[in-house]
Amino acid sequence: MSQTATRTPSPLRKNTLTKNQLPKWAIWAVLAGSLVLGAAVSSLIGFHVVGWALFSAVIFVIAGFLVTLSVEGERKAKDRFASNMIYAAFIVALVPLVSVIWTVLEKGLPGMTSNFLFTSMNGMTGVVDNETVENGTPVLGGAYHGIVGTVLITFWATVISVPVGLLTAVYLVEYSRGGPLSRGITFFVDVMTGIPSIVAGLFAAALFGLIFGPSTRTGFVAAVALSVLMIPVVVRSTEEMLKIVPNELREASYALGVRKWRTIIKVVVPTAISGIASGVTLAIARVIGETAPLLVTAGFVNSINFNAFAGWMTTLPTFIYRQLMNPTSPTNIDPSAQRAWAAALLLILIVMLLNLIARVIARLFAPKTGR
Amino acid sequence: MSNTLTESGSRGRAGDKVFSGIALFAGCLILFVLFCVAVFLLWQALPTFTADPAEITGGSGFWTYIWPIVIGTLIAAAIALLIATPISIGVALFISHYAPRKLSQGLGYVIDLLAAIPSVVYGAWGMTVLAPALVGPYVWLAENAGWIPIFAGPASQTGKTMLTAGIVLSVMVLPIITSLSREIFLQTPKLHEEAALAMGATRWEMIRMTVFPFARAGIISAIMLGLGRALGETMAVAMVLSGGGLIASLIKSGNQTIAAEIALNFPEAFGLRLAELIAAGLVLFVITLAVNMVARWIVSRHKEFSGAN
Repeated sequence: MSQTATRTPSPLRKNTLTKNQLPKWAIWAVLAGSLVLGAAVSSLIGFHVVGWALFSAVIFVIAGFLVTLSVEGERKAKDRFASNMIYAAFIVALVPLVSVIWTVLEKGLPGMTSNFLFTSMNGMTGVVDNETVENGTPVLGGAYHGIVGTVLITFWATVISVPVGLLTAVYLVEYSRGGPLSRGITFFVDVMTGIPSIVAGLFAAALFGLIFGPSTRTGFVAAVALSVLMIPVVVRSTEEMLKIVPNELREASYALGVRKWRTIIKVVVPTAISGIASGVTLAIARVIGETAPLLVTAGFVNSINFNAFAGWMTTLPTFIYRQLMNPTSPTNIDPSAQRAWAAALLLILIVMLLNLIARVIARLFAPKTGR
Repeated sequence: MSNTLTESGSRGRAGDKVFSGIALFAGCLILFVLFCVAVFLLWQALPTFTADPAEITGGSGFWTYIWPIVIGTLIAAAIALLIATPISIGVALFISHYAPRKLSQGLGYVIDLLAAIPSVVYGAWGMTVLAPALVGPYVWLAENAGWIPIFAGPASQTGKTMLTAGIVLSVMVLPIITSLSREIFLQTPKLHEEAALAMGATRWEMIRMTVFPFARAGIISAIMLGLGRALGETMAVAMVLSGGGLIASLIKSGNQTIAAEIALNFPEAFGLRLAELIAAGLVLFVITLAVNMVARWIVSRHKEFSGAN
């Protein structure tokens, strides 16, 4: 009895609290071991950085599980395994993002010239591209017509969607009393968010085809198609914003004898304007990159068209698509690829800028809260 | 007897009526537009159903024409979801429960960036970067796993196959599933989580016991919304897949989806071909409408305790 009590504890188990626990450096040791082992395994089948990372990761997850299992027990081992899988999921999700952005920067930056930004593809034929490649001169032709088309079509889509979306949100929040109509609108607005963009394009094409004859393709048809996609986004974001306007503000206004519609215009909407503006900006960012509906509604041209109501129109996304799928010169596709990637870079920059603007608006013009 | 009070009052009342009328009109307009989408598509698609079956592409009627591409659409969406679902849930858990509190918002924004990249850029990336990179693995798969029908060789030499398209689609639906799941995971009652931890549960056990049961309906609807996106996505498939007839192998060129079929053929289509493509669009519309309605229904049924909508 007294013998066991006085026995000196083993050096491994100094403290009951750290008993059965891996030291902190253990997981790093496992990591280093799996990196070495991964390099060995991947060099067996021909060394490649991707293969190395892949094998090391698999070995690390398995080894981490086994080491923890042997020292800390089954529950801790499962926890370790789950954590590692979750970290792995995040890293895997970052791979395409980094790869896409890297590709666009690498291939798009050389084409980002003032010539690209301010000339159209008017008169650019395969012959021109062939000469460019043969003589090694800078690539001619650019996406100016696409920029014009994108701006005009997005503008008209915004002009259609914002009033409709805003008023619908006002109806849902301020006027409806949770009746079947408002529940129906809410439900179908949600459903509309999921309409495939190509179906929206087909709808606009079919609608204008019925009225103005088949194959009517103008910028405005495209704007109608885009507004079908844009309205639900505007409604949802505006609705959320109007809902968080405090009721005290409305009641104070009513108490002063102000009519409901004046209360909405002068009190409710101004209070929520920052959220509404950022929601609209995000909606624009969403539709500006749409390609499929534009292919079926706006057609494709090489020249600049400032009139959204007549003639075909090119936008940046369709420009990218056509330059990649049907290169201007089928024998020398490099100039087309360069133009396409420069346009992709421009498009991503525009979308990111819009997202940034939305965030800045939401922060700068947020209503003063408290006191 | 009129005085300024009642005068301004009656004018205000008229304003009230007009304004509420306009708001009501805007709300009804949305329902009307959705109704119109269905009606116009049906109207323009009608010639397909009345035409002589021999005149339809493929020569044996609309349904024979449409079912391979419906199956193709479902295959592409299934691949996308199989890849994206586990990764998205992992990423959502990482952001909500694993990452340091200070970083989590920024990380959420990084994942949202994935959603901000236009689909045509994904298509361009898929056809110039991803497809060539996958040729090697496909050849390996065809050699070593060729006895499984979906990996039957010989593998495509361009990498423009159904599996590549599915991978690109999975990248595109990932941010949708992630952001919705993250919202729901964050709403797990803190007391439940702390109670589980206080009982000595490990972090993973805590997540399995408190977070998942709470979020199950939300995760399902997030996946359904991702499915809706994957079904309707056009450009990625149109640019990445070199289409063809329906085949079982995912690493040979072949198969086609509805959306890509429309985008690739619409610019040159006229007459009956146009009607056919619009009918195909109608089929796609009905499928995605059904998927989205089920998803929204699940969300609204569980609204009181999940914040997903």
